[in-house]
Amino acid sequence: MKRSRPWTTLLAGLLVLAAAAAWAQPDLRRWIPLAKDGLHDPASPGTRQLQEPRDALARLAPDGAGNQVRWVQALERGEIVPRANLLEGTEVRLREDDILLNLNGGTPIVRFPHRAHTLWLDCSNCHETPFISKAGANKLDMRRILQGEQCGLCHGAVSFPLTECNRCHSVPRASRGGGPAPGYAPVPPKAGP
Amino acid sequence: MNAAVVRIALLAACLAATAIPAVAEYGDVVLNHRSEAEGVRPVIFPHWFHRIRFRCKVCHSELGFRMRAGANVVTMKEIVEGKFCGMCHNGQIAWAPDRCDLCHSGKPGLKPGIQGGHSTLGPGLW
Ligand code: HEC
Ligand code: HEC
Ligand code: HEC
Ligand code: HEC
Ligand code: HEC
Ligand code: HEC
Repeated sequence: MKRSRPWTTLLAGLLVLAAAAAWAQPDLRRWIPLAKDGLHDPASPGTRQLQEPRDALARLAPDGAGNQVRWVQALERGEIVPRANLLEGTEVRLREDDILLNLNGGTPIVRFPHRAHTLWLDCSNCHETPFISKAGANKLDMRRILQGEQCGLCHGAVSFPLTECNRCHSVPRASRGGGPAPGYAPVPPKAGP
Repeated sequence: MNAAVVRIALLAACLAATAIPAVAEYGDVVLNHRSEAEGVRPVIFPHWFHRIRFRCKVCHSELGFRMRAGANVVTMKEIVEGKFCGMCHNGQIAWAPDRCDLCHSGKPGLKPGIQGGHSTLGPGLW
Protein backbone atom coordinates (compact mmCIF):
# COMPACT_ATOMS: atom_id res chain seq x y z
CA MET A 1 0.00 0.00 0.00
CA LYS A 2 1.05 3.63 -0.59
CA ARG A 3 2.35 5.47 2.44
CA SER A 4 0.29 8.56 3.28
CA ARG A 5 2.15 11.86 3.48
CA PRO A 6 0.16 14.10 5.81
CA TRP A 7 2.53 17.11 5.53
CA THR A 8 2.49 17.33 1.76
CA THR A 9 -1.28 16.92 1.77
CA LEU A 10 -1.61 19.66 4.36
CA LEU A 11 0.73 21.93 2.41
CA ALA A 12 -1.15 21.35 -0.82
CA GLY A 13 -4.42 22.06 0.99
CA LEU A 14 -3.08 25.32 2.40
CA LEU A 15 -1.84 26.38 -1.01
CA VAL A 16 -5.24 25.71 -2.55
CA LEU A 17 -6.90 27.73 0.24
CA ALA A 18 -4.47 30.62 -0.19
CA ALA A 19 -5.03 30.62 -3.94
CA ALA A 20 -8.79 30.56 -3.45
CA ALA A 21 -8.58 33.46 -0.98
CA ALA A 22 -6.46 35.52 -3.37
CA TRP A 23 -8.81 34.65 -6.22
CA ALA A 24 -12.10 35.35 -4.50
CA GLN A 25 -11.21 38.79 -2.94
CA PRO A 26 -13.95 38.82 -0.32
CA ASP A 27 -16.31 41.81 -0.56
CA LEU A 28 -16.17 43.41 2.88
CA ARG A 29 -18.81 46.03 2.20
CA ARG A 30 -21.86 46.05 4.49
CA TRP A 31 -25.06 48.02 4.08
CA ILE A 32 -27.46 48.62 6.93
CA PRO A 33 -30.92 47.13 6.39
CA LEU A 34 -33.55 49.86 5.94
CA ALA A 35 -35.49 48.82 9.03
CA LYS A 36 -32.39 49.44 11.17
CA ASP A 37 -31.02 52.60 9.56
CA GLY A 38 -32.52 54.98 12.10
CA LEU A 39 -34.54 56.69 9.37
CA HIS A 40 -37.12 54.24 8.07
CA ASP A 41 -39.90 53.28 10.43
CA PRO A 42 -39.80 49.49 10.89
CA ALA A 43 -43.54 49.71 11.61
CA SER A 44 -44.30 51.30 8.24
CA PRO A 45 -45.71 48.91 5.66
CA GLY A 46 -43.62 50.78 3.07
CA THR A 47 -40.29 49.89 4.65
CA ARG A 48 -40.69 46.22 3.77
CA GLN A 49 -41.52 46.97 0.15
CA LEU A 50 -38.54 49.23 -0.55
CA GLN A 51 -35.37 47.90 -2.11
CA GLU A 52 -32.52 47.20 0.32
CA PRO A 53 -29.35 49.18 -0.55
CA ARG A 54 -27.33 45.95 -0.46
CA ASP A 55 -29.45 44.34 -3.18
CA ALA A 56 -28.77 47.19 -5.60
CA LEU A 57 -25.28 48.36 -4.64
CA ALA A 58 -23.34 45.13 -3.98
CA ARG A 59 -22.93 44.40 -7.69
CA LEU A 60 -21.49 47.86 -8.49
CA ALA A 61 -17.82 48.98 -8.60
CA PRO A 62 -16.68 48.96 -4.96
CA ASP A 63 -15.48 51.90 -2.90
CA GLY A 64 -14.63 52.34 0.77
CA ALA A 65 -16.73 55.42 1.53
CA GLY A 66 -20.12 57.01 0.95
CA ASN A 67 -22.48 54.55 -0.71
CA GLN A 68 -19.45 52.21 -1.02
CA VAL A 69 -19.85 52.45 -4.78
CA ARG A 70 -17.32 54.03 -7.13
CA TRP A 71 -20.05 55.78 -9.09
CA VAL A 72 -17.92 57.12 -11.95
CA GLN A 73 -16.57 53.64 -12.65
CA ALA A 74 -19.97 52.01 -12.37
CA LEU A 75 -21.18 54.44 -15.04
CA GLU A 76 -18.13 54.24 -17.33
CA ARG A 77 -18.23 50.43 -17.22
CA GLY A 78 -21.91 50.34 -18.05
CA GLU A 79 -22.88 48.66 -14.76
CA ILE A 80 -25.58 51.30 -14.50
CA VAL A 81 -27.25 53.19 -17.35
CA PRO A 82 -28.92 56.21 -15.75
CA ARG A 83 -30.96 58.39 -18.08
CA ALA A 84 -29.37 61.71 -19.05
CA ASN A 85 -32.63 63.46 -19.96
CA LEU A 86 -36.37 63.02 -19.71
CA LEU A 87 -37.57 65.77 -22.00
CA GLU A 88 -36.95 65.60 -25.70
CA GLY A 89 -34.69 68.32 -26.95
CA THR A 90 -32.60 68.74 -23.81
CA GLU A 91 -29.01 69.14 -24.90
CA VAL A 92 -26.77 66.65 -23.06
CA ARG A 93 -23.46 68.44 -22.67
CA LEU A 94 -20.11 66.82 -21.94
CA ARG A 95 -16.70 68.37 -21.36
CA GLU A 96 -13.49 66.38 -21.19
CA ASP A 97 -10.71 68.64 -19.86
CA ASP A 98 -9.08 68.52 -16.44
CA ILE A 99 -8.27 71.60 -14.42
CA LEU A 100 -5.49 71.74 -11.86
CA LEU A 101 -6.43 73.71 -8.76
CA ASN A 102 -4.45 74.75 -5.72
CA LEU A 103 -1.14 75.14 -7.48
CA ASN A 104 0.65 76.84 -4.59
CA GLY A 105 -0.44 74.92 -1.50
CA GLY A 106 1.32 72.30 0.58
CA THR A 107 -0.93 69.35 -0.20
CA PRO A 108 -0.87 67.47 -3.51
CA ILE A 109 -2.42 69.43 -6.40
CA VAL A 110 -6.19 69.06 -6.87
CA ARG A 111 -7.20 67.71 -10.27
CA PHE A 112 -10.76 68.62 -11.19
CA PRO A 113 -12.03 66.31 -13.99
CA HIS A 114 -14.79 67.89 -16.10
CA ARG A 115 -15.62 64.51 -17.67
CA ALA A 116 -16.42 62.72 -14.39
CA HIS A 117 -18.68 65.66 -13.52
CA THR A 118 -20.45 66.32 -16.80
CA LEU A 119 -21.29 62.63 -17.14
CA TRP A 120 -23.58 63.26 -14.16
CA LEU A 121 -24.20 67.00 -14.07
CA ASP A 122 -25.10 69.83 -16.41
CA CYS A 123 -22.85 72.87 -16.81
CA SER A 124 -25.58 74.97 -15.18
CA ASN A 125 -25.21 73.03 -11.93
CA CYS A 126 -21.79 74.66 -11.46
CA HIS A 127 -21.51 77.66 -13.84
CA GLU A 128 -21.62 80.49 -13.03
CA THR A 129 -22.60 79.60 -9.45
CA PRO A 130 -20.83 78.26 -7.51
CA PHE A 131 -17.92 78.38 -9.99
CA ILE A 132 -16.94 81.04 -12.55
CA SER A 133 -15.95 79.22 -15.75
CA LYS A 134 -12.45 80.62 -15.99
CA ALA A 135 -9.39 78.76 -14.75
CA GLY A 136 -8.02 80.43 -11.63
CA ALA A 137 -10.99 82.78 -11.24
CA ASN A 138 -12.38 81.10 -8.11
CA LYS A 139 -11.07 81.55 -4.60
CA LEU A 140 -11.34 77.98 -3.45
CA ASP A 141 -10.83 77.32 0.22
CA MET A 142 -10.67 73.97 2.01
CA ARG A 143 -12.42 75.42 5.07
CA ARG A 144 -15.39 76.51 3.02
CA ILE A 145 -15.42 73.16 1.24
CA LEU A 146 -15.62 71.44 4.62
CA GLN A 147 -18.56 73.70 5.48
CA GLY A 148 -20.52 72.43 2.50
CA GLU A 149 -19.74 75.16 -0.01
CA GLN A 150 -17.89 74.98 -3.36
CA CYS A 151 -16.84 71.35 -3.96
CA GLY A 152 -18.42 70.50 -0.59
CA LEU A 153 -21.87 71.29 -1.94
CA CYS A 154 -21.98 67.77 -3.39
CA HIS A 155 -18.94 66.08 -1.85
CA GLY A 156 -19.97 65.22 1.68
CA ALA A 157 -23.67 65.13 0.77
CA VAL A 158 -24.29 62.91 -2.27
CA SER A 159 -20.95 62.47 -4.08
CA PHE A 160 -17.95 60.76 -2.48
CA PRO A 161 -17.26 62.31 0.94
CA LEU A 162 -14.47 64.69 1.94
CA THR A 163 -12.69 62.03 3.95
CA GLU A 164 -11.22 60.84 0.63
CA CYS A 165 -8.57 63.58 0.49
CA ASN A 166 -6.36 62.09 -2.18
CA ARG A 167 -9.15 61.53 -4.65
CA CYS A 168 -9.14 65.33 -5.11
CA HIS A 169 -5.55 66.01 -4.02
CA SER A 170 -4.37 63.49 -6.57
CA VAL A 171 -1.39 65.03 -8.38
CA PRO A 172 1.96 64.94 -6.58
CA ARG A 173 3.93 68.18 -6.63
CA ALA A 174 6.99 68.06 -8.85
CA SER A 175 9.03 69.83 -6.18
CA ARG A 176 8.53 66.82 -3.94
CA GLY A 177 9.82 64.40 -6.52
CA GLY A 178 6.45 63.61 -8.06
CA GLY A 179 6.10 63.34 -11.83
CA PRO A 180 4.29 65.75 -14.13
CA ALA A 181 0.51 65.86 -13.95
CA PRO A 182 -0.93 62.84 -15.79
CA GLY A 183 -4.09 63.10 -17.88
CA TYR A 184 -7.45 62.09 -16.45
CA ALA A 185 -7.72 58.43 -15.75
CA PRO A 186 -10.15 57.34 -13.06
CA VAL A 187 -8.10 56.42 -10.02
CA PRO A 188 -8.32 52.65 -9.39
CA PRO A 189 -10.53 51.71 -6.45
CA LYS A 190 -9.02 51.32 -3.05
CA ALA A 191 -9.52 48.05 -1.22
CA GLY A 192 -12.35 48.07 1.31
CA PRO A 193 -11.78 49.54 4.77
CA MET B 1 -6.24 35.14 32.15
CA ASN B 2 -10.01 34.90 31.63
CA ALA B 3 -10.41 38.63 32.14
CA ALA B 4 -8.00 39.26 29.29
CA VAL B 5 -10.03 37.01 27.02
CA VAL B 6 -13.22 38.83 27.98
CA ARG B 7 -11.55 42.18 27.36
CA ILE B 8 -10.39 41.13 23.91
CA ALA B 9 -13.86 39.80 23.12
CA LEU B 10 -15.39 43.11 24.24
CA LEU B 11 -12.93 45.05 22.14
CA ALA B 12 -13.73 42.90 19.13
CA ALA B 13 -17.45 43.44 19.72
CA CYS B 14 -16.92 47.20 19.92
CA LEU B 15 -14.93 47.17 16.68
CA ALA B 16 -17.61 45.12 14.99
CA ALA B 17 -20.23 47.58 16.23
CA THR B 18 -18.36 50.63 14.95
CA ALA B 19 -17.83 48.92 11.61
CA ILE B 20 -21.60 48.75 11.13
CA PRO B 21 -23.00 51.94 12.65
CA ALA B 22 -26.74 52.49 12.62
CA VAL B 23 -26.88 55.43 10.21
CA ALA B 24 -28.88 55.84 7.07
CA GLU B 25 -27.54 55.28 3.59
CA TYR B 26 -25.31 58.10 2.35
CA GLY B 27 -27.30 60.83 0.59
CA ASP B 28 -30.76 60.01 1.92
CA VAL B 29 -32.88 63.17 2.28
CA VAL B 30 -35.67 63.59 4.83
CA LEU B 31 -38.54 65.87 3.79
CA ASN B 32 -40.66 66.73 6.76
CA HIS B 33 -41.84 70.31 6.68
CA ARG B 34 -45.51 69.46 6.86
CA SER B 35 -45.88 65.69 6.65
CA GLU B 36 -45.87 64.91 10.34
CA ALA B 37 -47.83 68.00 11.28
CA GLU B 38 -50.48 66.77 8.86
CA GLY B 39 -50.53 63.27 10.28
CA VAL B 40 -48.38 61.22 7.87
CA ARG B 41 -44.86 59.82 8.29
CA PRO B 42 -41.88 61.92 7.10
CA VAL B 43 -40.77 61.39 3.48
CA ILE B 44 -37.43 59.71 2.73
CA PHE B 45 -35.85 60.37 -0.65
CA PRO B 46 -33.01 57.93 -1.48
CA HIS B 47 -30.35 59.43 -3.80
CA TRP B 48 -28.60 56.07 -4.26
CA PHE B 49 -31.76 54.50 -5.66
CA HIS B 50 -32.55 57.31 -8.07
CA ARG B 51 -29.00 57.87 -9.35
CA ILE B 52 -28.87 54.30 -10.62
CA ARG B 53 -31.72 55.32 -12.94
CA PHE B 54 -31.21 59.06 -13.53
CA ARG B 55 -28.19 61.34 -13.71
CA CYS B 56 -28.17 64.30 -11.36
CA LYS B 57 -28.85 66.66 -14.26
CA VAL B 58 -32.29 65.18 -14.87
CA CYS B 59 -33.58 66.34 -11.49
CA HIS B 60 -31.25 69.20 -10.71
CA SER B 61 -31.24 70.81 -14.16
CA GLU B 62 -34.12 69.60 -16.38
CA LEU B 63 -36.72 69.28 -13.66
CA GLY B 64 -35.37 72.22 -11.68
CA PHE B 65 -34.90 70.74 -8.18
CA ARG B 66 -32.73 73.06 -6.13
CA MET B 67 -29.60 71.45 -4.71
CA ARG B 68 -30.21 72.37 -1.12
CA ALA B 69 -32.09 70.11 1.26
CA GLY B 70 -35.24 71.88 2.36
CA ALA B 71 -35.04 74.49 -0.39
CA ASN B 72 -37.81 72.94 -2.45
CA VAL B 73 -41.19 73.64 -0.95
CA VAL B 74 -43.45 70.77 -1.90
CA THR B 75 -47.05 70.02 -1.19
CA MET B 76 -48.92 66.83 -1.85
CA LYS B 77 -51.33 68.74 -4.08
CA GLU B 78 -48.48 69.75 -6.40
CA ILE B 79 -47.17 66.18 -6.51
CA VAL B 80 -50.55 64.86 -7.56
CA GLU B 81 -50.71 67.65 -10.17
CA GLY B 82 -47.45 66.37 -11.64
CA LYS B 83 -44.87 68.67 -10.10
CA PHE B 84 -41.74 67.81 -8.08
CA CYS B 85 -41.74 64.05 -7.27
CA GLY B 86 -44.94 63.92 -9.32
CA MET B 87 -43.03 64.68 -12.52
CA CYS B 88 -42.00 61.01 -12.48
CA HIS B 89 -44.29 59.46 -9.88
CA ASN B 90 -47.28 59.82 -12.17
CA GLY B 91 -47.99 56.21 -13.10
CA GLN B 92 -45.87 56.50 -16.25
CA ILE B 93 -42.15 56.94 -15.48
CA ALA B 94 -42.64 55.54 -11.97
CA TRP B 95 -45.56 54.38 -9.86
CA ALA B 96 -48.32 56.86 -9.05
CA PRO B 97 -48.63 58.97 -5.88
CA ASP B 98 -51.36 56.75 -4.47
CA ARG B 99 -48.71 54.48 -2.91
CA CYS B 100 -48.36 56.73 0.13
CA ASP B 101 -46.29 54.37 2.29
CA LEU B 102 -43.42 54.05 -0.16
CA CYS B 103 -42.56 57.75 0.20
CA HIS B 104 -43.95 58.39 3.68
CA SER B 105 -41.84 55.70 5.35
CA GLY B 106 -39.83 57.69 7.93
CA LYS B 107 -39.73 57.39 11.69
CA PRO B 108 -41.74 59.97 13.60
CA GLY B 109 -39.74 63.01 14.68
CA LEU B 110 -37.13 63.13 11.91
CA LYS B 111 -35.70 66.55 11.08
CA PRO B 112 -35.63 67.58 7.43
CA GLY B 113 -32.19 67.49 5.81
CA ILE B 114 -29.60 65.27 4.20
CA GLN B 115 -28.19 62.28 6.03
CA GLY B 116 -24.48 61.63 5.87
CA GLY B 117 -23.24 58.08 5.71
CA HIS B 118 -20.78 56.42 8.05
CA SER B 119 -17.87 58.25 6.51
CA THR B 120 -19.23 61.75 6.99
CA LEU B 121 -19.44 61.86 10.73
CA GLY B 122 -16.65 64.41 10.95
CA PRO B 123 -16.88 68.02 12.03
CA GLY B 124 -19.29 70.40 10.36
CA LEU B 125 -21.03 69.09 7.28
CA TRP B 126 -18.55 66.35 6.34
C1 HEC C 1 -13.82 67.43 -3.21
C2 HEC C 1 -12.42 67.62 -3.40
C3 HEC C 1 -11.52 67.75 -2.16
C4 HEC C 1 -11.38 66.86 -1.13
C5 HEC C 1 -12.08 65.53 -0.94
C6 HEC C 1 -10.38 67.42 -0.23
N1 HEC C 1 -9.95 68.62 -0.71
FE1 HEC C 1 -8.54 69.84 0.15
N2 HEC C 1 -8.79 71.20 -1.33
C7 HEC C 1 -9.65 71.05 -2.43
C8 HEC C 1 -9.53 72.22 -3.28
C9 HEC C 1 -10.30 72.46 -4.59
C10 HEC C 1 -8.57 73.05 -2.68
C11 HEC C 1 -8.02 74.31 -3.33
C12 HEC C 1 -7.97 75.51 -2.53
C13 HEC C 1 -6.95 76.48 -3.10
O1 HEC C 1 -6.96 76.71 -4.33
O2 HEC C 1 -6.15 76.96 -2.32
C14 HEC C 1 -8.13 72.39 -1.45
C15 HEC C 1 -7.18 72.91 -0.55
C16 HEC C 1 -6.71 72.26 0.57
C17 HEC C 1 -5.75 72.79 1.49
C18 HEC C 1 -5.10 74.17 1.44
C19 HEC C 1 -4.12 74.28 0.32
C20 HEC C 1 -2.85 73.53 0.57
O3 HEC C 1 -2.52 72.65 -0.26
O4 HEC C 1 -2.20 73.77 1.57
C21 HEC C 1 -5.51 71.84 2.43
C22 HEC C 1 -4.55 71.91 3.62
C23 HEC C 1 -6.37 70.71 2.13
N3 HEC C 1 -7.10 71.00 0.98
C24 HEC C 1 -6.43 69.55 2.86
C25 HEC C 1 -7.34 68.51 2.62
C26 HEC C 1 -7.48 67.35 3.48
C27 HEC C 1 -6.65 67.05 4.71
C28 HEC C 1 -8.50 66.60 2.94
C29 HEC C 1 -9.07 65.28 3.47
C30 HEC C 1 -9.62 65.33 4.80
C31 HEC C 1 -8.96 67.28 1.76
N4 HEC C 1 -8.24 68.44 1.61
C32 HEC C 1 -9.97 66.81 0.94
C33 HEC C 1 -10.47 69.98 -2.69
C34 HEC C 1 -10.62 68.87 -1.89
C1 HEC D 1 -19.07 70.08 -10.86
C2 HEC D 1 -18.97 71.42 -11.31
C3 HEC D 1 -18.72 71.73 -12.78
C4 HEC D 1 -19.48 71.34 -13.87
C5 HEC D 1 -20.70 70.45 -13.90
C6 HEC D 1 -18.89 71.98 -15.02
N1 HEC D 1 -17.81 72.73 -14.63
FE1 HEC D 1 -16.66 73.94 -15.82
N2 HEC D 1 -15.44 74.34 -14.24
C7 HEC D 1 -15.62 73.90 -12.95
C8 HEC D 1 -14.49 74.31 -12.14
C9 HEC D 1 -14.29 74.01 -10.65
C10 HEC D 1 -13.62 75.05 -12.99
C11 HEC D 1 -12.28 75.70 -12.62
C12 HEC D 1 -12.45 77.09 -12.20
C13 HEC D 1 -11.18 77.66 -11.61
O1 HEC D 1 -10.08 77.25 -11.98
O2 HEC D 1 -11.30 78.52 -10.72
C14 HEC D 1 -14.26 75.06 -14.31
C15 HEC D 1 -13.76 75.71 -15.43
C16 HEC D 1 -14.41 75.81 -16.64
C17 HEC D 1 -13.95 76.60 -17.77
C18 HEC D 1 -12.67 77.42 -17.82
C19 HEC D 1 -11.58 76.55 -18.35
C20 HEC D 1 -10.29 77.29 -18.59
O3 HEC D 1 -9.34 76.60 -18.98
O4 HEC D 1 -10.24 78.49 -18.33
C21 HEC D 1 -14.87 76.44 -18.78
C22 HEC D 1 -14.83 77.05 -20.17
C23 HEC D 1 -15.89 75.51 -18.28
N3 HEC D 1 -15.59 75.17 -16.98
C24 HEC D 1 -16.96 75.09 -19.02
C25 HEC D 1 -17.85 74.11 -18.62
C26 HEC D 1 -18.88 73.52 -19.47
C27 HEC D 1 -19.13 73.89 -20.93
C28 HEC D 1 -19.53 72.61 -18.71
C29 HEC D 1 -20.67 71.66 -19.13
C30 HEC D 1 -20.39 70.78 -20.25
C31 HEC D 1 -18.94 72.62 -17.39
N4 HEC D 1 -17.91 73.54 -17.37
C32 HEC D 1 -19.36 71.86 -16.31
C33 HEC D 1 -16.69 73.17 -12.48
C34 HEC D 1 -17.67 72.59 -13.26
C1 HEC E 1 -22.66 69.89 -8.26
C2 HEC E 1 -22.07 68.78 -7.55
C3 HEC E 1 -20.54 68.67 -7.51
C4 HEC E 1 -19.62 69.67 -7.23
C5 HEC E 1 -19.88 71.12 -6.89
C6 HEC E 1 -18.32 69.05 -7.30
N1 HEC E 1 -18.44 67.71 -7.61
FE1 HEC E 1 -16.92 66.37 -7.84
N2 HEC E 1 -18.26 64.94 -8.34
C7 HEC E 1 -19.64 65.08 -8.35
C8 HEC E 1 -20.25 63.85 -8.76
C9 HEC E 1 -21.75 63.59 -8.90
C10 HEC E 1 -19.20 62.94 -9.03
C11 HEC E 1 -19.35 61.49 -9.45
C12 HEC E 1 -18.81 60.56 -8.38
C13 HEC E 1 -19.59 60.49 -7.09
O1 HEC E 1 -20.77 60.86 -7.04
O2 HEC E 1 -19.01 60.04 -6.07
C14 HEC E 1 -17.96 63.67 -8.77
C15 HEC E 1 -16.70 63.12 -8.93
C16 HEC E 1 -15.51 63.78 -8.67
C17 HEC E 1 -14.19 63.24 -8.90
C18 HEC E 1 -13.88 61.88 -9.54
C19 HEC E 1 -14.09 60.77 -8.59
C20 HEC E 1 -13.78 59.43 -9.17
O3 HEC E 1 -14.39 58.48 -8.68
O4 HEC E 1 -12.93 59.31 -10.06
C21 HEC E 1 -13.29 64.18 -8.46
C22 HEC E 1 -11.79 64.07 -8.47
C23 HEC E 1 -14.05 65.33 -8.00
N3 HEC E 1 -15.39 65.04 -8.13
C24 HEC E 1 -13.50 66.49 -7.51
C25 HEC E 1 -14.21 67.67 -7.30
C26 HEC E 1 -13.61 68.95 -6.97
C27 HEC E 1 -12.13 69.19 -6.76
C28 HEC E 1 -14.62 69.85 -6.88
C29 HEC E 1 -14.52 71.35 -6.57
C30 HEC E 1 -13.69 72.14 -7.45
C31 HEC E 1 -15.86 69.13 -7.13
N4 HEC E 1 -15.58 67.82 -7.38
C32 HEC E 1 -17.12 69.72 -7.10
C33 HEC E 1 -20.34 66.22 -8.03
C34 HEC E 1 -19.78 67.45 -7.72
C1 HEC F 1 -34.75 61.79 -8.80
C2 HEC F 1 -34.31 63.12 -8.60
C3 HEC F 1 -32.89 63.38 -8.11
C4 HEC F 1 -31.71 62.94 -8.66
C5 HEC F 1 -31.50 62.01 -9.86
C6 HEC F 1 -30.65 63.54 -7.89
N1 HEC F 1 -31.18 64.32 -6.90
FE1 HEC F 1 -30.14 65.47 -5.58
N2 HEC F 1 -31.87 65.99 -4.64
C7 HEC F 1 -33.13 65.58 -5.02
C8 HEC F 1 -34.08 66.01 -4.01
C9 HEC F 1 -35.58 65.74 -4.04
C10 HEC F 1 -33.36 66.70 -3.02
C11 HEC F 1 -33.90 67.33 -1.73
C12 HEC F 1 -34.39 68.71 -2.00
C13 HEC F 1 -35.06 69.32 -0.81
O1 HEC F 1 -35.00 68.80 0.32
O2 HEC F 1 -35.67 70.39 -0.99
C14 HEC F 1 -31.96 66.68 -3.46
C15 HEC F 1 -30.94 67.31 -2.77
C16 HEC F 1 -29.61 67.33 -3.20
C17 HEC F 1 -28.56 68.09 -2.59
C18 HEC F 1 -28.68 68.98 -1.37
C19 HEC F 1 -28.06 68.37 -0.16
C20 HEC F 1 -27.78 69.36 0.93
O3 HEC F 1 -26.73 69.22 1.55
O4 HEC F 1 -28.57 70.25 1.15
C21 HEC F 1 -27.41 67.84 -3.30
C22 HEC F 1 -26.02 68.37 -3.05
C23 HEC F 1 -27.76 66.91 -4.36
N3 HEC F 1 -29.11 66.64 -4.28
C24 HEC F 1 -26.88 66.42 -5.28
C25 HEC F 1 -27.18 65.45 -6.22
C26 HEC F 1 -26.19 64.81 -7.06
C27 HEC F 1 -24.70 65.08 -7.02
C28 HEC F 1 -26.86 63.93 -7.83
C29 HEC F 1 -26.31 62.97 -8.86
C30 HEC F 1 -25.35 62.02 -8.38
C31 HEC F 1 -28.28 64.04 -7.51
N4 HEC F 1 -28.43 64.97 -6.51
C32 HEC F 1 -29.30 63.33 -8.13
C33 HEC F 1 -33.45 64.88 -6.17
C34 HEC F 1 -32.55 64.26 -7.01
C1 HEC G 1 -43.65 60.22 -4.59
C2 HEC G 1 -43.60 60.36 -3.17
C3 HEC G 1 -44.90 60.60 -2.40
C4 HEC G 1 -46.02 59.84 -2.39
C5 HEC G 1 -46.26 58.55 -3.17
C6 HEC G 1 -46.95 60.46 -1.47
N1 HEC G 1 -46.39 61.57 -0.93
FE1 HEC G 1 -47.28 62.82 0.41
N2 HEC G 1 -45.64 64.05 0.33
C7 HEC G 1 -44.51 63.82 -0.41
C8 HEC G 1 -43.58 64.92 -0.21
C9 HEC G 1 -42.18 65.03 -0.82
C10 HEC G 1 -44.22 65.82 0.68
C11 HEC G 1 -43.65 67.10 1.29
C12 HEC G 1 -42.90 66.66 2.52
C13 HEC G 1 -42.75 67.66 3.61
O1 HEC G 1 -41.99 68.60 3.44
O2 HEC G 1 -43.32 67.43 4.68
C14 HEC G 1 -45.52 65.24 1.01
C15 HEC G 1 -46.43 65.81 1.86
C16 HEC G 1 -47.60 65.22 2.27
C17 HEC G 1 -48.52 65.79 3.27
C18 HEC G 1 -48.30 67.09 4.01
C19 HEC G 1 -49.27 68.17 3.62
C20 HEC G 1 -49.31 68.51 2.16
O3 HEC G 1 -50.41 68.47 1.59
O4 HEC G 1 -48.26 68.74 1.53
C21 HEC G 1 -49.54 64.90 3.41
C22 HEC G 1 -50.76 65.02 4.34
C23 HEC G 1 -49.31 63.80 2.48
N3 HEC G 1 -48.13 64.04 1.83
C24 HEC G 1 -50.13 62.71 2.33
C25 HEC G 1 -49.95 61.72 1.38
C26 HEC G 1 -50.92 60.67 1.10
C27 HEC G 1 -52.22 60.49 1.83
C28 HEC G 1 -50.37 59.92 0.10
C29 HEC G 1 -51.00 58.72 -0.61
C30 HEC G 1 -52.27 58.99 -1.25
C31 HEC G 1 -49.08 60.48 -0.24
N4 HEC G 1 -48.86 61.58 0.55
C32 HEC G 1 -48.21 59.95 -1.19
C33 HEC G 1 -44.24 62.73 -1.21
C34 HEC G 1 -45.12 61.71 -1.48
C1 HEC H 1 -36.67 61.64 -12.49
C2 HEC H 1 -37.81 60.87 -12.09
C3 HEC H 1 -38.11 60.76 -10.59
C4 HEC H 1 -38.32 61.78 -9.69
C5 HEC H 1 -38.28 63.27 -9.95
C6 HEC H 1 -38.58 61.14 -8.43
N1 HEC H 1 -38.55 59.77 -8.56
FE1 HEC H 1 -38.79 58.42 -7.09
N2 HEC H 1 -38.56 56.90 -8.42
C7 HEC H 1 -38.37 57.05 -9.78
C8 HEC H 1 -38.33 55.74 -10.41
C9 HEC H 1 -38.16 55.45 -11.90
C10 HEC H 1 -38.50 54.79 -9.38
C11 HEC H 1 -38.56 53.28 -9.53
C12 HEC H 1 -39.95 52.90 -9.90
C13 HEC H 1 -40.15 51.42 -10.08
O1 HEC H 1 -39.36 50.64 -9.55
O2 HEC H 1 -41.12 51.07 -10.73
C14 HEC H 1 -38.63 55.56 -8.14
C15 HEC H 1 -38.80 54.98 -6.89
C16 HEC H 1 -38.93 55.69 -5.72
C17 HEC H 1 -39.03 55.11 -4.40
C18 HEC H 1 -39.02 53.63 -4.09
C19 HEC H 1 -37.61 53.12 -3.92
C20 HEC H 1 -37.60 51.64 -3.67
O3 HEC H 1 -36.84 51.24 -2.78
O4 HEC H 1 -38.31 50.90 -4.36
C21 HEC H 1 -39.20 56.13 -3.51
C22 HEC H 1 -39.34 56.01 -2.01
C23 HEC H 1 -39.18 57.35 -4.26
N3 HEC H 1 -39.01 57.07 -5.60
C24 HEC H 1 -39.35 58.60 -3.70
C25 HEC H 1 -39.32 59.78 -4.41
C26 HEC H 1 -39.54 61.09 -3.81
C27 HEC H 1 -39.88 61.34 -2.36
C28 HEC H 1 -39.39 61.98 -4.81
C29 HEC H 1 -39.50 63.51 -4.73
C30 HEC H 1 -38.72 64.15 -3.72
C31 HEC H 1 -39.07 61.25 -6.03
N4 HEC H 1 -39.04 59.92 -5.75
C32 HEC H 1 -38.84 61.83 -7.26
C33 HEC H 1 -38.23 58.25 -10.45
C34 HEC H 1 -38.29 59.50 -9.88
